[in-house]
Amino acid sequence: MFLDILIDGLIKGSVYALLAIGFSLVLGVARIINIAHTALYMTSAYLIYIGTKQLGLPATVSIGAAIILTILLGLLIYRYFIRPIQEHEAAMLIATIAVAMMLQEVFLMTFGGHYLGVSPLVEGYTTILGVRVTWQHILALGLALVVLVGVRLFLFHTRMGLAIRATAQDREVANLMGMDVTRVAMATMAVSVGLASVAGAIVAPLVTVEPTMWMHPLIMMLAIVVLGGLGSIEGSFVGAYILGFAESMVVFMVPMGSFLKDSVALSIMILVLLVRPEGLFGVFFEEER
Amino acid sequence: MGLIFTHIRRFFTILRSEVIVLPGRLALVLFVIALLALPLFTQDLYFLRIVILTSIFAIFAGSWDLLSGFTGQMNFGHALFFGVAAYVTALLNIHLHFPPYLSIPLGAVGAVLAGLVVGIPCLRLKGSYLALTTLAFPIILTGIVFAIPGVTGGELGLSGLSRLSSSRLMDYYITAVCMLGLGLVMWLITDSKTGIILHAIREDEVAARAAGINTTRYKLLAFCMSGFFAGIAGGLYAHFMRLAGPSTLEVGLSFQVIIWSVFGGMVSIYGPMAGVFILNPLMEGLRVILGKYPALPEMRMLLFAALVLLTLRFMPEGFIPWVLDRLETECPRCKIRNVFFRHRCRICDAAMS
Repeated sequence: MFLDILIDGLIKGSVYALLAIGFSLVLGVARIINIAHTALYMTSAYLIYIGTKQLGLPATVSIGAAIILTILLGLLIYRYFIRPIQEHEAAMLIATIAVAMMLQEVFLMTFGGHYLGVSPLVEGYTTILGVRVTWQHILALGLALVVLVGVRLFLFHTRMGLAIRATAQDREVANLMGMDVTRVAMATMAVSVGLASVAGAIVAPLVTVEPTMWMHPLIMMLAIVVLGGLGSIEGSFVGAYILGFAESMVVFMVPMGSFLKDSVALSIMILVLLVRPEGLFGVFFEEER
Repeated sequence: MGLIFTHIRRFFTILRSEVIVLPGRLALVLFVIALLALPLFTQDLYFLRIVILTSIFAIFAGSWDLLSGFTGQMNFGHALFFGVAAYVTALLNIHLHFPPYLSIPLGAVGAVLAGLVVGIPCLRLKGSYLALTTLAFPIILTGIVFAIPGVTGGELGLSGLSRLSSSRLMDYYITAVCMLGLGLVMWLITDSKTGIILHAIREDEVAARAAGINTTRYKLLAFCMSGFFAGIAGGLYAHFMRLAGPSTLEVGLSFQVIIWSVFGGMVSIYGPMAGVFILNPLMEGLRVILGKYPALPEMRMLLFAALVLLTLRFMPEGFIPWVLDRLETECPRCKIRNVFFRHRCRICDAAMS
């Protein structure tokens, strides 16, 4: 039981961290509440399903292709549908909702509402402290942690990472300092969608792939981003593990837990906000001038 | 007798000089007449049903605009008000046998209380924080609804409410009149002193506070008013469908109302309501048309999303403001709106550039 919760919470937390960090970056740099973020995560999972099951490609190839295709799709959407209307916040928001709905409907049309499964990369399981843990879970956890460390290094030790963080803090000053804000926004979008598609690749073998699989992670991701503080990468990271563990604890320990998992996670978020309105690691954005 | 004639003459003068000269106002008048006269031409039950649901959702969209458009308090969880009112109405009607004219207002009062519960913690939040936090409340409530199926009926919801009225035709007139009346009330609110204060809060809350306005109180008032109107819509929906289920709390419904409103054009009350009257019948029409080609896969929602995406790509202000901008121009001197083909302003006779 305890180990179940630990493994499950770690994996959920890591996946949510990948999603939330990507979302948070785009929110900070381009000021987009990207509702389609988890729909892109779903896209990556579906592409992996197409690659492995329908085209018969080896798993690693299809994962790589899925990630690249998803990033391209995300950039195209951003370039042609989001950027032209970025002056109109509400319109931009609806555009992302519409994109998410379109992706959902496309997958519903092509695959129907069936629950699809992606076969795991590695078979078999090991026994830790008397609990069976599949290698796939351990691989997923490892991959998530590697990517998270990679993001951290990218954001804090490269020039582009510095530009992204600077733009997130103050768009205008970043522009005055000679950063090409448009290019930074494009790069951020690419990184963000890349993280979402990696998250999709990680969970694809662990969960069922179906056209509404983006809804639950979307809600959790939004809760995490608010909980951690908008635009704060540490906040997203910590918040993701808090809510990831909370969710697994509720699912494993509370009767009817799977109905209540969203409620509990969101109640935690609201409680934190009551105490700290700017979230755990909140950095207040300077209001747009 | 003379007095009556004076009033009639005055009415026609206003009609001629203020209504007919502007395409937007003329369209509104024609719309109201068409809505009220529609049953003379068709009494098809399915058709009336579509218009009834459209009217209900129009109230809902208007109430969203009052809170999120006018006051600027972005609400991502507007379905909360709708759902709470639907459930309260259903509980009162089923267990206490309250008739609809009592249960719907009481349901709306329930939604006002929900507005207070949401509003008080959310008052400290701004912008994106507020939007993302409000999203949480209906989801939390959905979890509770599923967890206590004894009271709420769980996944199936509460069914078996009494009918809104004895016939579909009466239902039609009740919802249509409610929609027109509440729409007018909401529009009057935004046009009143309170409305100006709400507008000021959206534009610059700090400045509004510096001008001596208790912004907290007015924001809470906006939450309550919006909750009330959305609650009426929820109660009407529960009685009309004779069902209050978890679908009234869905994230999808919260998003839907934002789509309708932004598509129609925010910050105008009539924009979102018109948005519903364009998009909702269009969806039903698509259902009928696509139903004739069973070979096609289910693509209604896809077309809907594509339509919304393309509309906003080219008319980011919303559909209605875009149309109005084409049909009407503002006089450069006196700022009165004129129909687009006039060369001189109808009031001050200045040349329209």
